[in-house]
Amino acid sequence: MNTASSPPPSAAALIDGILDQLNTVVFGKKGAVRLALTCLLARGHLLVEDLPGVGKTTLAHALARTLGLGFQRIQFTSDLLPADILGLSMYNTGAQRFEFHPGPIFSQVILADEINRATPKSQSALLEAMEEQQVTVEGTTRPLPDPFFVIATQNPQEQIGTFPLPESQLDRFLMRIHLGYPDHDAERALLQGRDRRELLEDLTPRITETQLLDLQREVLRVHVSEALLDYLQALIAHTREPGRYQTGFSPRAGLALMRAAQARALVDHRDHVRPEDVQAVLPAVGGHRLRPVEAPTLPAAEVIQALVEAVPVP
Amino acid sequence: MSAPLPEDRLPPHALPALAAALFIALAPHGWHQPPWVLSLAGVALGWRLLVHAGRVPAPGRWLLGGLTLAATGLVLARYGTLAGRDPGVALLVLMTGLKFLETRRFRDAMLVVFLGYFVVITNFFYSQEIPLALYMVLAVFATTAALVRVNAGDNGPPWGESLRLTGLMLAQALPLMVILFFLFPRIPGPLWSMPEEEPAATTGLSDHMRPGSVSRLLQSEAPAFRVTFAGEIPGAAQRYWRGPVFWAYDGRTWRAGAVPPAPPAIPPQADTLEHTVSLEPHGQRWLLALDVPVSAPRDARLTDDGYLVSREPVRQVIRYSVRSRPGAALEPLLSGARREAALDLPGDAAPRARALARAWRRVHGGDDAAVVQAALGHFRQAPFRYTLSPPPLRRDAVDQFLFETRAGFCEHYAGAFTVLMRAAGIPARVVTGYQGGTFNRAGDYLLVRQSDAHAWTEVWLQGRGWTRVDPTGAVAPERIESGVGAAFSGDTTVPAFLRRGGDWFGDLRLQLGLWQDSLNYYWNGWVLAFGPERQRELLARLGLDGTDWRALVGLMAVATGLVLTLFAGIFLWRNRLPMRDPLGRLQTRFDRRLARLGVPRAPHEPLPDFARRVTRERPELAGPVAGFAEEYNRLRYGPQPDPARFARLRGHLRALPGRGAALYRQFRRPG
Repeated sequence: MNTASSPPPSAAALIDGILDQLNTVVFGKKGAVRLALTCLLARGHLLVEDLPGVGKTTLAHALARTLGLGFQRIQFTSDLLPADILGLSMYNTGAQRFEFHPGPIFSQVILADEINRATPKSQSALLEAMEEQQVTVEGTTRPLPDPFFVIATQNPQEQIGTFPLPESQLDRFLMRIHLGYPDHDAERALLQGRDRRELLEDLTPRITETQLLDLQREVLRVHVSEALLDYLQALIAHTREPGRYQTGFSPRAGLALMRAAQARALVDHRDHVRPEDVQAVLPAVGGHRLRPVEAPTLPAAEVIQALVEAVPVP
Repeated sequence: MSAPLPEDRLPPHALPALAAALFIALAPHGWHQPPWVLSLAGVALGWRLLVHAGRVPAPGRWLLGGLTLAATGLVLARYGTLAGRDPGVALLVLMTGLKFLETRRFRDAMLVVFLGYFVVITNFFYSQEIPLALYMVLAVFATTAALVRVNAGDNGPPWGESLRLTGLMLAQALPLMVILFFLFPRIPGPLWSMPEEEPAATTGLSDHMRPGSVSRLLQSEAPAFRVTFAGEIPGAAQRYWRGPVFWAYDGRTWRAGAVPPAPPAIPPQADTLEHTVSLEPHGQRWLLALDVPVSAPRDARLTDDGYLVSREPVRQVIRYSVRSRPGAALEPLLSGARREAALDLPGDAAPRARALARAWRRVHGGDDAAVVQAALGHFRQAPFRYTLSPPPLRRDAVDQFLFETRAGFCEHYAGAFTVLMRAAGIPARVVTGYQGGTFNRAGDYLLVRQSDAHAWTEVWLQGRGWTRVDPTGAVAPERIESGVGAAFSGDTTVPAFLRRGGDWFGDLRLQLGLWQDSLNYYWNGWVLAFGPERQRELLARLGLDGTDWRALVGLMAVATGLVLTLFAGIFLWRNRLPMRDPLGRLQTRFDRRLARLGVPRAPHEPLPDFARRVTRERPELAGPVAGFAEEYNRLRYGPQPDPARFARLRGHLRALPGRGAALYRQFRRPG
């Protein structure tokens, strides 16, 4: 709910403003941009799986600037230690005590680049922080800022020297998306346009922090009808049927699906969720959570398509 | 969406509808009113429409006042009064036109609508025939449609919807109308009486008889009355329908005369024929019945002369049951005073006829019956002609007819015969009425037309009382046996309808005429003459005999309540809140219909996606499909489903082409 005294801009106007600005920087990725914002509004974290150089950093950076949030980038390498992420206490000789030096994780938007290059130990330090939205270092629990949004990127699994994220860890990302190569026109615009870095610096925040938190709360109020719950449960039940997938949707995945659908309805200016919202977010929300028993290497898009087609909408 | 109207604003689209309704309701008055009345009303209607179109300015207050005064003055000048049927209707027609001319606001329009209904009623002052009644149904429909338009708001619904609503409203009113019509307690006689403006307007027997007064009726094909018999129908020669009896003769005209009363007699009740007569209005008080009636219906009495007289003049179709006894002896004993009246002749009348009568008397002595036979024989043998166009009679009508022209119609024969009888000293009188009738197989009744009018003689014979003698039968037996048409089959001077028959075309017309007449018969019996008698009869048939008016009112209230409850129930049922997933049912129907139309929806396909696909593939279906998708999604997934959306959802479903269109498409599809 907006508490500002002047007439507050509607959720729809805010969202459209954000999307418009993002699309001036990230060319030809309207769907991905939309999903990224949806993910953020649903208070989830985003995993972008793609080759280097397709605009992951630009997207994360643009998001942070447009939303007026603090931004930190953590380059994951095989020698990255948890303390490099979380921060550490150092002895201040002047003050005669230990002082905590917060790591880059104490920021509102974090780009965790090439997360699968780091060791599982460092990965889990990040992922636990993501899940709890707080950090415990040396016995002291410190809350992370709110909103808190992690965009992790991951190179394709086959590359050498990577530690693929296990399924249980993947589950902590609300969505996994692919950016992919830009299409012909977007590529041309990219080549002809100004430098990305300059463009990013010109971006101004389109939303206050309070407004963003309001929007996130707004998502929870998007109406989910009985019929839609029926549909969600039918989808979830379908994934859990024995012999179909290695693991079905976890309760957390079901919840994630609903939240993502609610956020997507809000982004679509609606006060209630419809099956098409669920279907729109399902590839991003379910793609990294389902692996068919019969064909483990089937592309996620096809897996999800089969799932959608198997469940009638009410 | 129409904006809420200010309280008293008239929706602009209502005016043409109002004008059309008024025009339809006013038009039939053109037959009864001077042409200027309807023309002025028409000018007022047209003027207002021109104002509506913005062609001419609206008339001012003073002009309207002047027009009103002028219209009143014109009616006064034409009729000399404002009271009564014709001036009243003229005034109503003119004022309705003027009221429409000054219609600006909603309230005016409503007043005009009610004036329109009133104009509809006034048309029944002149005719209550089926065609007019049907036309008035149309007028009521048009007026009600105008009422709907007046109340439809600024951007009224399309015409089709207005007309549908009108039809629905009238259809809903129909059962109530039937209940009120049949069960509303009837009082004897008309609810309000309408003064007759011109007594000559109705045809029928008159209260006197002179040459030409009966044959005049032959020009009229109009029905006089219709008769149904409880038992067998009497043969053609027995179908004498008794009307007024005339005693007094002044040398030219027969009248009832002042005759002393007869001693009371108990009419025989055995061997009677029960029949029910549905009598057309004739403006007089006598009621026709088969010769000789022995009982009188309610509100009527049997006169000493054996005919029925009603308490009130017959101004509308009435229906009554009578018992008659053909050939019953009337007045076996004739009092001296009555005998004198039955022998009375003006002193100078018909000297030659008297001489002839005296000659018969000399031959037959005291045998009255033989004298009667001699007279009949004279009519049979002498060259008498039965004709509708006799030469005019001037001086002494009876002598001139009997001895010179020898051509006449039944009134000539009956009159002359009665004079002959009186001259011979046999008490005699003239009876008028009808003879014959056409059997209508479709309606199982006898139709007696005005053209069946007849006159005959009754002579009083010792030991037998009054005995019917029909000299016309002696001259033209086919008149009695086969009806008046047969008697004139070769005579081109009689109206064509009397001569028809014979060829197939004539037969066909005859049959059609009979069908039409039986329709009129039921109309008369069940609508126009639906009085207390008929109501009792109907209730008895429903097993509710002996119902008094209180019970009737109660019954009416219960029946009305039942109908209203039924309608309310239907209304509530149609607007009920959905019970068990009716949305799912509607979606199933939607899917089925679109599959038939060639665009099946996959079960997992959300409706908006489907609607987009339909818009691409079948743009002509896009509207209802997108509408259905939107309403369905809001109802299914939105917060607080709104029942009004449910109706809209149904509407979109209905808007899709139905089974017929789908089939057509299948056949049209090439390959």
